[in-house]
Amino acid sequence: MEMDTISAISTPMGEGAIAIVRVSGEKAVEISDLIYKGKTSLREVESHTINYGYIVDPDSGEKIEEVMVSVLLAPRTFTRENMVEINCHGGIVSVNRILQLVINAGARLAEPGEFTKRAFLNGRIDLSQAEGVMDLIRAKTDRAMNVAMAQVEGKLSKRIQKLRQALLETVAHVEVNIDYPEYDAEEMTLEILKEKAQFVKDDIDKLLQTAQQGKILRDGLATVIIGRPNVGKSSLLNSLVHENKAIVTEIAGTTRDVIEEYVNVRGVPLRLLDTAGIRETEDIVEKIGVERSRKVISDAELVLLVLNNNEALSDSDEELFTISEGRDRIVIINKTDLPQEINMGRVKALIGTDPLVTTSLLKDEGVEELEEAIKTLFFQGGLEASDLTYVSNSRHIALLNQAKKSVNDALEAIDYNMPVDMIQIDITKTWELLGEVIGDSVHESLIDQLFSQFCLGK
Amino acid sequence: MSYHGGDYDVIVIGAGHAGVEAGLAAARMGASTLILTLNLDAVAYMPCNPSVGGPAKGIVVREIDALGGEMGKNIDKTHIQMRMLNTGKGPAVRALRAQADKYLYQHEMKQTIEETDNLLLCQGMVERLLIENDEVKGVITQTGAEYRAEAVVITTGTYLRGKVIIGDLAYESGPNNQQPSINLSYHLQELGFDLVRFKTGTPPRVNSQSIDYSKTEIQPGDDVPRAFSYETTKFITDQLPCWLTYTSEETHQLINDNLHRSPMYSGMIEGTGPRYCPSIEDKIVRFNDKPRHQIFLEPEGRNTKEVYVQGLSTSLPEDVQRNILKTIPGLENVRMMRSGYAIEYDAIVPTQLWPSLETKKIKGLFTAGQINGTSGYEEAAGQGVMAGINAARKAQKKDPLILDRSEAYIGVLIDDLVTKGTNEPYRLLTSRAEYRLLLRHDNADLRLTEKGYEIGLISEERFKKFLTKKAKIQEEIGRLEGTVIKVTEETQKILEKAGSTPLKDAMHAKVLLKRPEILYRHIAEIVPPEKALEEDVAEQVEIQVKYEGYITKQLEQVQRLKKMENKKLPEDLDYHAISGLAMEARQKLSEVRPLSVAQASRVSGVNPSDVSVLLVYLEQGRLKRVQ
Repeated sequence: MEMDTISAISTPMGEGAIAIVRVSGEKAVEISDLIYKGKTSLREVESHTINYGYIVDPDSGEKIEEVMVSVLLAPRTFTRENMVEINCHGGIVSVNRILQLVINAGARLAEPGEFTKRAFLNGRIDLSQAEGVMDLIRAKTDRAMNVAMAQVEGKLSKRIQKLRQALLETVAHVEVNIDYPEYDAEEMTLEILKEKAQFVKDDIDKLLQTAQQGKILRDGLATVIIGRPNVGKSSLLNSLVHENKAIVTEIAGTTRDVIEEYVNVRGVPLRLLDTAGIRETEDIVEKIGVERSRKVISDAELVLLVLNNNEALSDSDEELFTISEGRDRIVIINKTDLPQEINMGRVKALIGTDPLVTTSLLKDEGVEELEEAIKTLFFQGGLEASDLTYVSNSRHIALLNQAKKSVNDALEAIDYNMPVDMIQIDITKTWELLGEVIGDSVHESLIDQLFSQFCLGK
Repeated sequence: MSYHGGDYDVIVIGAGHAGVEAGLAAARMGASTLILTLNLDAVAYMPCNPSVGGPAKGIVVREIDALGGEMGKNIDKTHIQMRMLNTGKGPAVRALRAQADKYLYQHEMKQTIEETDNLLLCQGMVERLLIENDEVKGVITQTGAEYRAEAVVITTGTYLRGKVIIGDLAYESGPNNQQPSINLSYHLQELGFDLVRFKTGTPPRVNSQSIDYSKTEIQPGDDVPRAFSYETTKFITDQLPCWLTYTSEETHQLINDNLHRSPMYSGMIEGTGPRYCPSIEDKIVRFNDKPRHQIFLEPEGRNTKEVYVQGLSTSLPEDVQRNILKTIPGLENVRMMRSGYAIEYDAIVPTQLWPSLETKKIKGLFTAGQINGTSGYEEAAGQGVMAGINAARKAQKKDPLILDRSEAYIGVLIDDLVTKGTNEPYRLLTSRAEYRLLLRHDNADLRLTEKGYEIGLISEERFKKFLTKKAKIQEEIGRLEGTVIKVTEETQKILEKAGSTPLKDAMHAKVLLKRPEILYRHIAEIVPPEKALEEDVAEQVEIQVKYEGYITKQLEQVQRLKKMENKKLPEDLDYHAISGLAMEARQKLSEVRPLSVAQASRVSGVNPSDVSVLLVYLEQGRLKRVQ
């Protein structure tokens, strides 16, 4: 049986230390190889081997993720088709990114239960199990639907519906120009079309950004506190932890032998990295402190850089600025209860546009301002916690990414001066993909729109 | 008293646009065919707008022609003007439209029928069908004639229990005061068919000599000679213009003041009217912010002064109609010749049909045209040609010809009808086709000529010509693929003249043709072919190269669809026994009884998981048989 190549994330979202992206179909290996860089091409490795390498974005060449890739050639696989399983780190962002790359490389997003369905259709599962398979497909679809519906209820759904309505009106307008060329409706020009497509693209981008925020809400914002010895890192940690009831987890592993503590600061969950290190290094030599900071910064999404108000800026301080450059960063000048020795002019030059907070942790002053600064940084763009619409379902993310690609195709075609009915193909596709997010792709609505928006007839 | 009227292979009831195509197709395929019609003077009659074609519809006319049908040829001989629409847009949505001389159209069609072998056109009103063991055996007319046949095609248009309504006046009638067909409708109900009541309407006609054309805008035909049929060689050059005017504020006021006299609002009309064909009173109520509506004045022929007032379809009382006309610029002193009216009629619920247009209930019985819930001459003719083909094939004990959605608008139309049904008179729109780019008017011959030839409706000569054209297109695309255009002064000059950027490096001719501003003629100027190409060949080369990316994308989608089309479902599948299917899907599938998984997936209420379940179920059946 000839079938196209499908892919999906086959581990539960956001749970577990590793996640797996599964690819099945005739072109599973070729497609995966397009985004893989290892010692040997996946096309050349033996079947049933696991291979170490990187997933790279074929467009930019950027390394996305360190992975182990299993190559399983038909027929000795679950689906009896060629299969590739990409094992990557857990969490939401990287695994979704990989899925997206696989889809861009030519795979189709699998339907719920589709791997099992294929296993059956290819004779992997015998007749006695057939009823079970049907039930499973039903159940999986229903569950996926329920989960999806729960996720898209409310704000996200409304937002996507709004977007779709805008698209639908645009599509209907183009259609009326096509089907009723003599009707006195304004001609949909490429300029108007471009404007509409750009608007949709921007909004999809915003939605995809909320996927990032959604991930943070779930995983916590990886936060690290850096600073020279005795600037007050421990005090800062303690005051964040005490005020916000930390949950301490010990993660034993080869690369992350650190303790993480979760705190919730005004709706922003922080995952404080290397808290053990902070407590230990308060009194070790400065040089080691900087080295250790350098190491933990690589995992951090937010850097809290602590300086001492009572001392002049040292070379180590400057170095800490350098190594945390380019990350979301809040600079804290502590010990304002002591006389100011620090060169504020230099500090301001170093921080650029980063937020600056002054504290006296000893006197418990400035912590509120710091918390406010964290919140502001996270909810950039003026979103309030209660107002956020998060996209966190991997299926939704994949669909939104596909929708974005379609609308980009439309924009490219516009720049290329393609006829409006060609551009329409990609616009309609975008509309359909967004419909899949909210479980609604009924084509008839276009015709309804056409006749409610325009007064047509003989 | 009844008597034996004769034996035929195929009988067609009705000689409207569906009936004539059905009769001609069946007869030309060698089936001895009888067309029975209420009135021999109303063959291929246009009771509404005197025009053929337009977006989607014009492509259907081309498809009919590629299948050996008559509509294209007939309008080519009898139009008063022709225009290519959407020339500023892409090739997929370009469409021809002709204004017809409605009288000539009828006469020409009648004569063609009269001259066709195996075909008898005969006046008579069919009241009953002869049925034995759920198989049709013939028909009985009002005058007692019993005609026997292997297959019967019903194409009764809006005549079934037709009722004309003008203001508070209502009477049983076919269109334009023709006799209605009452008993056949009751007979179909007796046989167990589900019928629905639909409604449509037509505007008043006025005398051209009472129109002040100086207050209107002229709408001439194209200067270039055009034709629908691939076989037409004689072009009409003296064309008549149409004219454009608008409703005025007074028009709207007058209509608003008289709404209470409209049967639409008094509840007198029970039939469902089409949204795309609202009456003027509907337009003014639903779009009350639109300050004016377009009114096209279309001559009904060369030898008449009657003018069709397009845009003014209405069922308001006759006195109101007269007054409305006078509020329209150019029509201040107009003399109305016929009033507009609404007409209600019975149609059968089309999900009772197989995709061959044969009814599921009675073998050998086919229905086509407005009786299937469609609207429009072209939609009717498209179904007519298919029903005629399949009735003849039935009589000849051959499998039906079914066009799929990727092959023809006719396929889209019929699949929509039999799979989804319709709750209003169905009009084809280009947006109903998912593969619009493949279903172009320019490639209807490439899509369908071969099929027309195989079933015996395309002559050997025409087929040979077609094969030559096809080969030339391929050859030229191949040549462009292999031809490198070098950077020369002359090339740059041609590019500059075409408004394109100069070449930096040598480039394949095919790649250069993909530039939006570059046309095939530019390429032919730079690297001329051995022998200049015919215009239609050049057009194909240009379109196929220019839009290759989009075309390939749609072809890939079609490939996926075909896999599902190839998974056949048995006609008698018991959907209620498939436990994995949702309740709604079981009911809908039992009703529609789709012939393939693809068709099943288009039934409303069937979702993707139901389709998966069906696939698994089919596989299970296969495994069972193997064991």
